Amino acid sequence: MSAFKEFKKGLWAESPTFAMLIGMCPAMISSTAVSNAVGMGLAATFVLVFSNLFISALRNMIPDKIRIPCFIVVIATFVTIVDLSMAAYLPDLHRILGVFVPLIVVNCIILARAEAFAYKNGVVDSIADGLGMGLGFTLAVIILAIIREPIATGKILYAKDFGFEGIKLIPAKFAAALVDKPVGGFMTLGFVLASINGITSRSKKAKQASAACAAKEV
Amino acid sequence: MKELFIILLSTILVNNYMLARIMGTCPFIGVSNQFDTAMGMAAAVIFVMSLAAAVTWMVQYYLLVPLGLGFLQTVSFILVIAALVQLIEMIILKMSPTLYRALGIYLPLITTNCAVLGVAVINVREGYNFIQAVISGTGGGIGFSLVLIAMAALREKLNTAPIAKSFQGFPLALIITAQMAMAFLGFSGFNLEKLFGL
Repeated sequence: MSAFKEFKKGLWAESPTFAMLIGMCPAMISSTAVSNAVGMGLAATFVLVFSNLFISALRNMIPDKIRIPCFIVVIATFVTIVDLSMAAYLPDLHRILGVFVPLIVVNCIILARAEAFAYKNGVVDSIADGLGMGLGFTLAVIILAIIREPIATGKILYAKDFGFEGIKLIPAKFAAALVDKPVGGFMTLGFVLASINGITSRSKKAKQASAACAAKEV
Repeated sequence: MKELFIILLSTILVNNYMLARIMGTCPFIGVSNQFDTAMGMAAAVIFVMSLAAAVTWMVQYYLLVPLGLGFLQTVSFILVIAALVQLIEMIILKMSPTLYRALGIYLPLITTNCAVLGVAVINVREGYNFIQAVISGTGGGIGFSLVLIAMAALREKLNTAPIAKSFQGFPLALIITAQMAMAFLGFSGFNLEKLFGL
């Protein structure tokens, strides 16, 4: 039952993007369209689950002093698997995400979960934690994408790889291409975070987490 | 020579790693609280990014390409960067304890800065030669530092400003970053080739 608890906490209460405020670069890059968000989210989830699994299984063999390089090698292996598979099967998504696919390796979420959870806990709990955190990240990016995609292009659910043309929500002449650019990413995340703070008044928790984000990277 | 200058200028302003490519948001928001720490981080980022660009270029073209190991790019680049940061830390500690006190604590943070791995991967994708890669790395570092220091100066002023409770901290920092990004969009209208008569 504890595995389910580990799974559930990542979805919202300790959501990496909205509550812990880490892994923001990939969140903003991939939230330009819902299909990109799903692609990036699932890629990160895959890496997170398998890196948590292997690091947890090997945790007694990894020497404490060189644990970070060991984590990075494990993570980079799965990132390479994702990178090559995505290039083969989803070429358009791979082109849009571009350099951000190899950059999953420095996504703070994955290293943070390896360091804070998988290195200290059992295999089953670690898989549940990875799955929860990964899906929490996916959910957060999809929420951002649902806001950004219609404003930027007037359509939603456009996915070239699967031949979806997208559903028209607003006329193309009212679309603001600026939201597609980094400006829109920062702005949307800023306002979404402020709304969440306002609704649940979790600002105190977020402040603690932001300090943890800065300290964690050491 | 003009070409190198264009690469430098475009990585600093037009393709700024932080504002145009969105790389390194975590250290950017995390370290821009205080002006002094931002200065230290800025110096460390310039230093590591230019060195990392040089070393990863050599790894790519003297090791991975001749041996046909292109698929190991991600693994080898991140390991080289992690080792490089560790090495720089030890060398600085030995050579100049004063500099170490100024930069030391920022160096480990840099391994997880995606801009450093980003510049290495982008250099290979753009097909830069060695000099161009180093210039692009240095320019990337300078661009990141420029934005980081500007942001730190802005946020110091914000400490005394009355801000709505839900916007305090991260949300407002992100919205200010968005406005800076909007200002930097102006640079993308520059035609650098034309400006320097190429």
